[in-house]
Amino acid sequence: METVIEQIPLDKIVDPSLKKKPKIEVKDVKVWYDDFNAIKGIDMDIKPNTVTAFIGPSGCGKSTFLRLFNRMNDYVEGFRMEGKIKVNGDNIYKKKINVEELRKEIGMVFQKPNPFPKSIFDNVAYGLKLQGITDKELIEERVIDCLKQVALWDEVKDDLKKSAMALSGGQQQRLCIARTLAVQPSIILMDEPTSALDPISTAKVEELIFKLKEKYTIVIVTHNMQQASRISDYTAFFYLGELIEYGKTKTIFTNPEKQQTENYITGRFG
Amino acid sequence: MNSIQKNRIYDQAFKIWGIGCTLFGLILLAVFIGDILIDGIMRIDWAFIIDLPSRKAEKAGIYTALMGSIWILLLTTVIAFPIGVAAGVYLEEYGKKNKFSAILEINISNLAGVPSIIYGLLGLEVFVRIMGLGASVLAGSLTLSLLILPIIIVATREAIKAVPKSIKDASYALGASKWQTIWNQVLPASSGGILTGVILALSRAVGETAPLIVVGALAYVPFAPESPMDEFSVLPIQIFNWISRPQHGFIENAAAAIIILLLITFIMNGVAVYFRNKWQKKLK
Repeated sequence: METVIEQIPLDKIVDPSLKKKPKIEVKDVKVWYDDFNAIKGIDMDIKPNTVTAFIGPSGCGKSTFLRLFNRMNDYVEGFRMEGKIKVNGDNIYKKKINVEELRKEIGMVFQKPNPFPKSIFDNVAYGLKLQGITDKELIEERVIDCLKQVALWDEVKDDLKKSAMALSGGQQQRLCIARTLAVQPSIILMDEPTSALDPISTAKVEELIFKLKEKYTIVIVTHNMQQASRISDYTAFFYLGELIEYGKTKTIFTNPEKQQTENYITGRFG
Repeated sequence: MNSIQKNRIYDQAFKIWGIGCTLFGLILLAVFIGDILIDGIMRIDWAFIIDLPSRKAEKAGIYTALMGSIWILLLTTVIAFPIGVAAGVYLEEYGKKNKFSAILEINISNLAGVPSIIYGLLGLEVFVRIMGLGASVLAGSLTLSLLILPIIIVATREAIKAVPKSIKDASYALGASKWQTIWNQVLPASSGGILTGVILALSRAVGETAPLIVVGALAYVPFAPESPMDEFSVLPIQIFNWISRPQHGFIENAAAAIIILLLITFIMNGVAVYFRNKWQKKLK
């Protein structure tokens, strides 16, 4: 099956942000887990300061694909990969790459809120301490700033010393986003960040994602069709390890090129 | 009688059988402790704890054996704790999963089941003779360290396995190196489990007799050890020695020393339970 990628000639693009070089470039990437071919050759460019949603049925490879960008698949046994992924023009699968540096540039928010069993303050400060930053004022400033960015500050400002485990699920997830922002990445990967949250918390996180794209490039995996159409600029539909269709969210949801995409979006399978 | 009534009778029968089985061990332990208490409790006073051993039962005390046990306990902790925990961390976090590691794993579990006297023979050859440490506290501690290392390694691995993967993922995703993740997240989250394992292993070590006899611990030492190279005795050996004496006074002494030894192990187990509960709460 051939993969279709929306190709727009650069000079016809009106939106100035799209003229910038792509933030992430993927060239013919294939992934195996032992003998299982999880990704079967994908090309894709992700544009800066946009929200790109990955959709598709369970097991289609979208989470695996997302985790390639910050090399989280390295810890999976039997993982093997071919092809090239460039972030800011740099191949991140070259031999001499510093994975720790890469992950400071590309943050990640997980499916289930996973705060550390430490205080709220320490959760946000952790990434800074990893970098050897000891300036207390700087750390405090950054923690407060990040908690404000995720609109958590007013809710927790009086008990920063309290354990993060005592927060509600929605608050925990926003804390995890704040923790990611503290490291000052330029790209944030989100792996179904709202699937474990109630509708109100979900709305808050979505609002936040919308706000964050001014400063960050966001790639989000979601099972929720409405969510993809609400918050993303671009949508990619994956099926059985292949990229079936990738383009502007509006086009994908109103006028998809492929029958498979339409079937999935309208809920006929998946 | 229909089948429902029949099942109900089976149910009741098994319940009663189960209660019996549970009580069997507990009652025996209670009888044993009661018997020991009757024999020995009157003998325990401050003088019994600080007196040196003597040929006269009423003058003899456990001071040298108690000090020997404390020395052994401390030295064994210092030796076995870092080695066991580091080995556990390596096997769980760094070691590649292949045939070699599988064999290693099985053998470590097997080592935990090797009779303690075998460790004593190993200690006698390696520490006492080849390394020339003699029948010293250090040789005894090294031998007991070998004995409890497998227990500490297995406990460490179990505790690390219980740390949710999501916490490690979060740490890595923030740019942490492997060691930063282990030091800042994995070890703090598993410390309760590791401590529980270490304390239980040590409480086993403090009751060991056979390997120390083989290594050359003495039944009678006139002085408490003052350095790791000194000769020593420990409580279990002192008890063993007193029980083999014909005079009734020494039987009382033995019972009293058993009470002290039991007290030490109970306290250690209590501390271990405390840490385990605290740890389970923290991870929830």
